[in-house]
Amino acid sequence: MGNVLTIILQRLALGLLTLLIVSIVIFIAVNLLPGDFAQSILGQGATPEAVASIREDLGLDQPMVTRYFQWLGGVLQGDLGTSFAQANFASFSGTTSGATTIAEQIAPRFGNTMFLAMITAAIAVPFSIILGILAALYRNTVFDRATNIFTLSSISSPEFFLAYILILFLAVLNPIFPSLSNIFEGMPFSERLEKSMLPALTLTLVVTAHMMRMTRAAIINLLASPYIEMARLKGLSPMRVIVKHALPNALAPIINVIALNLAYLITGVVVVEVVFVYPGIGQLFVDSVKIRDIPVVQACCLIFATAFILLNLTADIMSILSNPRLRHPK
Amino acid sequence: MSDDILVKMRDVWLEGRSDETWNPIINGVDLTLKKGEVLGLIGESGAGKSTLGLAAMGYTRDGVKISKGTVEFDGIDLLTASAAVKRELLGKRIAYVAQSAAASFNPAHKLMDQHVEGPVQHGVMGKGESEEDGMELYRKLRLPNPDQIGFRYPHQVSGGQLQRCMTAMAMSCRPDLIIFDEPTTALDVTTQIEVLASIRDIVEQFNTAAIYITHDLAVVAQMADTIKVLLKGDEVETADTRTMLSAPTQEYTKSLWAVRSFERPLKPAVNAGSVPVVSVQNVDAAYGTVPVLHDVSFDLHEGRTVAVVGESGSGKSTTARCITGLLPPTAGQIMVDGEVMPPDYRKRSKDQLRQVQMIYQMADTALNPRMSIGQIIARPVEFYLGLKGAEKRKKVDALLEQIELEPSQYYHRLPSELSGGQKQRIGIARALAAEPKFIICDEVTSALDQLVAEGILRLLARLQDELSLTYMFITHDLATVRAIADEVVVMKDGRVVEQGPKVEMFTPPHHAYTDLLLSSVPEMDPDWLTNLLTERGVDNIGDAAVDKM
Amino acid sequence: MIWFVAALIGMGAVAWVFRFAGQAATGNAPKFRDMPYGVAYGYVLGVVVLAWLAWAYMQGRSEDTAIANKFFFLRIAIEGFIIFAIAAWVFRLFGRSVGTAGTKKLFRSMPLTASFGILTILIYAIFAIFAGAIAPYGQEQIIPGVAANVIPGGDPTLGGNPDFPLGTDQIGRDILSRLIYGAQNTVGIAFATTVLAFLLGGTLGFLAATLGGWLDQLLSRAVDVLMAIPSLIFALLLMTIASVWAPQLGIPLTFFMVVIIAVIDSTRVYRLARAVGQNIVVMDYIEAAKLRGEGLGYLVFKEILPNATAPLLAEFGLRFCFVFLTIAALSFLGVGIQPPLADWGTMVRDLGGFVNFAQFAPMAATAPLLAAGAIALLTVAVNFVVDWMLQKSSGLKE
Repeated sequence: MGNVLTIILQRLALGLLTLLIVSIVIFIAVNLLPGDFAQSILGQGATPEAVASIREDLGLDQPMVTRYFQWLGGVLQGDLGTSFAQANFASFSGTTSGATTIAEQIAPRFGNTMFLAMITAAIAVPFSIILGILAALYRNTVFDRATNIFTLSSISSPEFFLAYILILFLAVLNPIFPSLSNIFEGMPFSERLEKSMLPALTLTLVVTAHMMRMTRAAIINLLASPYIEMARLKGLSPMRVIVKHALPNALAPIINVIALNLAYLITGVVVVEVVFVYPGIGQLFVDSVKIRDIPVVQACCLIFATAFILLNLTADIMSILSNPRLRHPK
Repeated sequence: MSDDILVKMRDVWLEGRSDETWNPIINGVDLTLKKGEVLGLIGESGAGKSTLGLAAMGYTRDGVKISKGTVEFDGIDLLTASAAVKRELLGKRIAYVAQSAAASFNPAHKLMDQHVEGPVQHGVMGKGESEEDGMELYRKLRLPNPDQIGFRYPHQVSGGQLQRCMTAMAMSCRPDLIIFDEPTTALDVTTQIEVLASIRDIVEQFNTAAIYITHDLAVVAQMADTIKVLLKGDEVETADTRTMLSAPTQEYTKSLWAVRSFERPLKPAVNAGSVPVVSVQNVDAAYGTVPVLHDVSFDLHEGRTVAVVGESGSGKSTTARCITGLLPPTAGQIMVDGEVMPPDYRKRSKDQLRQVQMIYQMADTALNPRMSIGQIIARPVEFYLGLKGAEKRKKVDALLEQIELEPSQYYHRLPSELSGGQKQRIGIARALAAEPKFIICDEVTSALDQLVAEGILRLLARLQDELSLTYMFITHDLATVRAIADEVVVMKDGRVVEQGPKVEMFTPPHHAYTDLLLSSVPEMDPDWLTNLLTERGVDNIGDAAVDKM
Repeated sequence: MIWFVAALIGMGAVAWVFRFAGQAATGNAPKFRDMPYGVAYGYVLGVVVLAWLAWAYMQGRSEDTAIANKFFFLRIAIEGFIIFAIAAWVFRLFGRSVGTAGTKKLFRSMPLTASFGILTILIYAIFAIFAGAIAPYGQEQIIPGVAANVIPGGDPTLGGNPDFPLGTDQIGRDILSRLIYGAQNTVGIAFATTVLAFLLGGTLGFLAATLGGWLDQLLSRAVDVLMAIPSLIFALLLMTIASVWAPQLGIPLTFFMVVIIAVIDSTRVYRLARAVGQNIVVMDYIEAAKLRGEGLGYLVFKEILPNATAPLLAEFGLRFCFVFLTIAALSFLGVGIQPPLADWGTMVRDLGGFVNFAQFAPMAATAPLLAAGAIALLTVAVNFVVDWMLQKSSGLKE
């Protein structure tokens, strides 16, 4: 067991290191902006006082390395800084009372996005794994070919195309779900679920296709292995062959598939939130990109990257844990 | 129909699918197996022996179908039986032992759990009883720690032991029939022998019928009562083992038997003062920090063949890598024609590189699949000899003729259009194109069928006589050594344990390890295994014998 | 919902009857005898779905416009599917009888999906190359005297205009022309980006595989870090920064986008090229060439590259789809290809609202769906071809 523990600790350390380097990359990228970003945000017409005020607010007058560590220290304490839009507002109004920090701005949206991702996972994971196993068992049949065409098409389609198709059929032609997801805090769960249904279904379509194909490939690979043939030649029932011999070995690849696709959700969520005007972190991100609100962009980027790295790390650790060769060393 | 017939296959035709078309694998073969009889099914690769063996269980792999014929097991028609009836037979009355035990045991479960699965699922025994029985079988198969070994995972057990565990698993329901599909092909000779001995004992003890599939004649001679020879999906002949060995009737069978008798005439001893073509002097080598070679020294003289033998991991290929310069030695030196070679091949001159050529084991990976045969051979001609245009073409044609391939027919072909033996010939031509003094042959025949391998050996022997080449022949197969070597170097664990002229090596007294290696090579005599076991004593074979050294 | 569950249960009963009837009618033939219940259920489910589609299609052709409108899109989808299938079939037939022996053989073993893919890619290529000649109006041309937001379909009673079969957009530009130019802009830019990504990632990947050592370590670690940031997020971050730089340097933002996406994508190409390269480098024929004393150039160009073309070509198709979708997504979000260039992603964003009118005026909703569909169709086509290529090459190994 000690062996596995060392490997896992190594992976964890590597994950943290990656995260640190990614934070540096993001920080440097942001600081590649020409000139002074206070100036470039406020535009040429800004009064020198406003610029100076923002500079001081954001600590732009200090050297880059100091600012990085200040930023990183803040992030670790949950302080993601103040958004330009807010800082701007504060500097013009002359008060700081109206300004909220980025953390306060992001927190509820982060919750919304997690909610969306959770619903999607709840639908997509069981659905795609069952479908993937079926396609593998009945491979090269009409069923397999039909699902192959269907999943290939839905992987290839842009998210917004799938979103509009769903809006068309499930919101406009047959008004089953609302096409706008205007959810807010304190909404009853059932209503919230109903309003999140279309974005969740869109994401499900995309993720299911990926997951199903990967599950199918993993299972087919497994079924071709000699020990499955051996199990069949021992006269075991097809059910037992699958449950006792295939599944324990399929667990690692399937867990891997799930984690990788949840990571993929992170990218998909951005476009889908915009189409359905879903108040999640993806939408905030895109809005901030458009108005060039750098601190918010930076914070969102870090959150997305962290989630992505953590999920990949989980996949990695899970597959180590489910490998009998590592669990039972010689 | 007499009662003691267990398996009856009549006019069985099997087809396999490739690229949407069905190609024949087995063309109308009959097979009859009596209760308690062991049938040896032999043939070269592509003869369809495994497919036929599986068909005897009423089973076909994906992409294979039985297009015609009947398969009966103890009066039950397996081809029309329902899936449930077949499941009842498989595992319980018919069992299977696969070629690779390491791949055929489920890595997620302990050996014993897999062992008891059959008896428990078929309702033959309870779990506890079956475990007891398993340990008893392990003991009979002479596995070390029979009471504990079953509670390990497959990856924690060595290959030869796994193969015996699989035989025990096949025995778990006391079946009437076991199909052995090349069970010892992946094992070293010293390991092979103990697996063979234990399989034979247990099959005899329980009077189990068996179909033993292999390409190795000497192995089948030890195991089978009857031998059936297959060639490209057709039956060549069937007879009981002694008749088959002493008096084969068909040409093909005779030629198979004759392979074993190829042996080159002896050469006179080397002159004492002559400078060796290649001299390996006190070479140590390591992969990273792991030492693999320790003080290896031997000489290779002009026109001679030195066979370097040893089991996998003994350091023979590493020695070759040191000579070519791919792995610079950590100590010692390599001399060619009395001149010290730079240890790293990148530091050697073009002419130094030209002197040492190499022929590889896997002709598939040794030839660039995107280049035509002409291009492959022409490159060294152009690179080393600087020939161009018509002169180059003439040289390539001459080389192709030397390896007995018609130039006009083969010049423009791709490697994928050639058979395994032809590809190996191209590898030889590429080495010859450099006009070297010295060629390293790394297991050049081990991936080939016996008849093809013999052709390659004869070709190499002829070329040596014509061009007075020096060969270093790396092999684990002592039949090859006997056929072609002048001198032998025996290696074990990165050290040379014995070396000398072939005649001396094959006559006692030897070093203990050489003795074990030599005596473990199966011979065509059907009594060989029995005699050997009596000679060595039951507890002193295989791993046990190696460990005692 | 209750009806739906009831139907599923009902089908379960039918499936049982179906299998039983099959066993009885064929005298217990193995096909029915060994048929699992799930398979029987699958057959019944398949028949029911087909029957429903047929019914829906008939509804779509109904006289009653309210009903017909409701099933309009389904009808179009079914008709489109059948037309595409026939076109692909005819194209394959054509390919089997015309051309060299090699291409004929290729077409003989080709599945319908792949021939559909090749046909579609050809059509897109023609539109992209000859956009200027095919499009009736210019991409930026605001036609004088024509209203904005003309409904597609060309039927004046429904608010259309026969001169503009797909209508006009919010500022009165011809949508058909913009769709055709979109092929040139969107596909062209995506293609250029992919080529750039391949030149960058491929070269570095092969160098890393061939040389190994510290170069390999350095590049691989850098790629690991870049790949730890989700690509669309990273692209959006860099695009934000580029959007500040672009006006200052006077370089169009689109150019930045090409470079940014190419760099991000080249990390994936690098991984593949390195893996493929490493598989080839361990081959004995490479060792033979090294021992012969061949130089790096000969090794890479004569020995390694020719053996890497098949996987690289398949990867090129997949990468192209990925780049294409990323650009479309960026444009859809408003930070990709910049107006006034006609681009499909931007068109979907601008016209997306019309989907909400589908119930009363189905034609109005077609414009954004056509633009989005044009993106989907090409990526689906490329994916079909790549899928076939991968299957072919993996089949050869067996």
